[in-house]
Amino acid sequence: MSVDRTMTPPQKPLVIANRLCKTFGGGRSLLGASAPALKAVNDVSFEIFPGETLGLVGESGSGKSTTGRVLLQLEEPTSGDIIFKGQNLTGLSKSLLKPHRRDMQIIFQDPYSSLNPRMTVGEFVSEPLIVHGVATNKSERNDRVAALFRKVGLDPSFMTRYPHEFSGGQRQRVCIARGIALDPAFIVADEPITALDVSIQAQIVNLFQDLQDELGLTYLFIAHDLSMIRYLCHRVAVMLRGRIVEIGPCEAIFENPQHAYTQALLSAIPVPDPRIERNRKPITFDVSANLPPEEATLQPVGDRHFVLR
Amino acid sequence: MAPLLDIRNLTVVFDTPAGTVHAVNDVSYTIEEGETLGIVGESGSGKSVHALSMVGLIARPPGRIVSGEVYFKGRDLLKLSQRELFDLRGKEIGFVFQDPMTSLNPVLTVERQIAEPLRRHFNLSKSQARERVVELLELVGIPNARERIGQYPHEFSGGMRQRVMIAIGISCNPKLLIADEATTALDVTVQAQILDLVRDLKKKIGTTVIWITHDMGVVAGLADTIQVMYGGRIMERGPVDTVFEDPRSAYTWGLLKSLPHGGKRGTTRLYQIPGNPPNLINEPIGDPFAPRNTFATERCLRETPPLQQVEGSVPGHKAAVWYDLREELKKQEAKV
Repeated sequence: MSVDRTMTPPQKPLVIANRLCKTFGGGRSLLGASAPALKAVNDVSFEIFPGETLGLVGESGSGKSTTGRVLLQLEEPTSGDIIFKGQNLTGLSKSLLKPHRRDMQIIFQDPYSSLNPRMTVGEFVSEPLIVHGVATNKSERNDRVAALFRKVGLDPSFMTRYPHEFSGGQRQRVCIARGIALDPAFIVADEPITALDVSIQAQIVNLFQDLQDELGLTYLFIAHDLSMIRYLCHRVAVMLRGRIVEIGPCEAIFENPQHAYTQALLSAIPVPDPRIERNRKPITFDVSANLPPEEATLQPVGDRHFVLR
Repeated sequence: MAPLLDIRNLTVVFDTPAGTVHAVNDVSYTIEEGETLGIVGESGSGKSVHALSMVGLIARPPGRIVSGEVYFKGRDLLKLSQRELFDLRGKEIGFVFQDPMTSLNPVLTVERQIAEPLRRHFNLSKSQARERVVELLELVGIPNARERIGQYPHEFSGGMRQRVMIAIGISCNPKLLIADEATTALDVTVQAQILDLVRDLKKKIGTTVIWITHDMGVVAGLADTIQVMYGGRIMERGPVDTVFEDPRSAYTWGLLKSLPHGGKRGTTRLYQIPGNPPNLINEPIGDPFAPRNTFATERCLRETPPLQQVEGSVPGHKAAVWYDLREELKKQEAKV
């Protein structure tokens, strides 16, 4: 089953996730007892079109980060396929996968732990260029890194500095510079603004937008801040316990949410306006009492809008 | 009536190998009984450190309280002995910290952890304490409380663990509850439940609350008074409705303006505050936000503005500014 089939896009999807499953545990332990398997990602299908931003939201443990990692083959799916630019990536050997790797990158949540403290930030950004044999000449490489620094709003003179000299927002800019170093087509951004100071978040959101406009990037944007999702994304997928319970254009999801969980999630966003916020009544949703039934499938409810029923 | 808490000129520094970090600079404010104060700020704003230092919860060294007085019910907390603070914490002033994963002891049952302050402060017997623990867990909305008191923290979900933390915080009916980013690590749906619970508890037991967060939305729904901190100083403070509607500090204004406010994709670009948070190792001179403030004047860089009543606004609306934000915004509008 593949969602979004009703859409008649001018172009083919860049990324297709087809019935992805990722199960953790379940193997036999030393003493022969089998642990219960955890279905972190359970039958997840979606498509992302070139230049599009798909938002992925859900509570912690819903499988949104795992979906992102499986999509980039950082973890192997238990079953299902990932089609990238028309080619099935699942089951490819490391060497066959390598040329695809430069085309898909990830940006992590915490720019404090995702930078190497013993590397200058310039070395950190040039590393992918070395690994993939791009710009083998050192001065050429330096020029490219300097250009990348400028592109993400950092002064190229910072290249020789170490991560501890930078603030969180600057570190995230360094990570983004590395992420775009190889001109990727697709970037998974896993909660990239969550760990940043509030006065910095808008800077990074704008940078993501600018880079998309400039480089035609395609994003899977994983977040729990729904107001930022609405601002950034074309479409949103809502995950609950490993399944997509609702997916559709941003407007459809925010204006006309169909799944009870989506409704609860939207009603829980604090509104930065005292007059509204004081009288807001969040809808409660007990996840354990309302687990999506195993046999439920995504049903169309509107234009490109699907809900698990 | 005297305020419940009266902080005067509190200044806290940390002596580190890299230099002296000026974490809290000359912070003064009061909180009335029954009031909910929402303190907003980013990391390094001094919002957590000032709260921890007033009850002796920062490590000294490297921390050092340079000056100040903190009157709580008429006593200066900074002059109390460790023993006296020990009697006060938990009983008179309750705390709820950010991370329920690390603030609960994983090898003690939930009952032990909630009962500890009760038994210490009120000399309750084991069975009396147990009754109170069950009552507290029911109050914070944990189902089957009686069966669950013997369980360990890992058997509770994140939201339930945070409820346990709140139960510990309010166990002795404290006069003042200080919650430091108490819902930040939680999912929004769980956060909504916890905020509801706090509002409910205020109605039932009338606790005075200091709610420290970086989320403007949370403050909007919970607080009577908002206090915005930056670079170890109070930038602005006042009734929530007034400050959200008519901010006078460029920092408050920028924070509010940089939020998407339900904006859709493809609408206007988000307003962004330029620059980066201040380095607190440098001796604080002038308005800490001045280097990032497009409205800053020469004076802002040289001289620290005092926190003063905003002329023409409601009583209690104070801002630490040398410029007139309303005038500056008008000028900016005229230019466009």
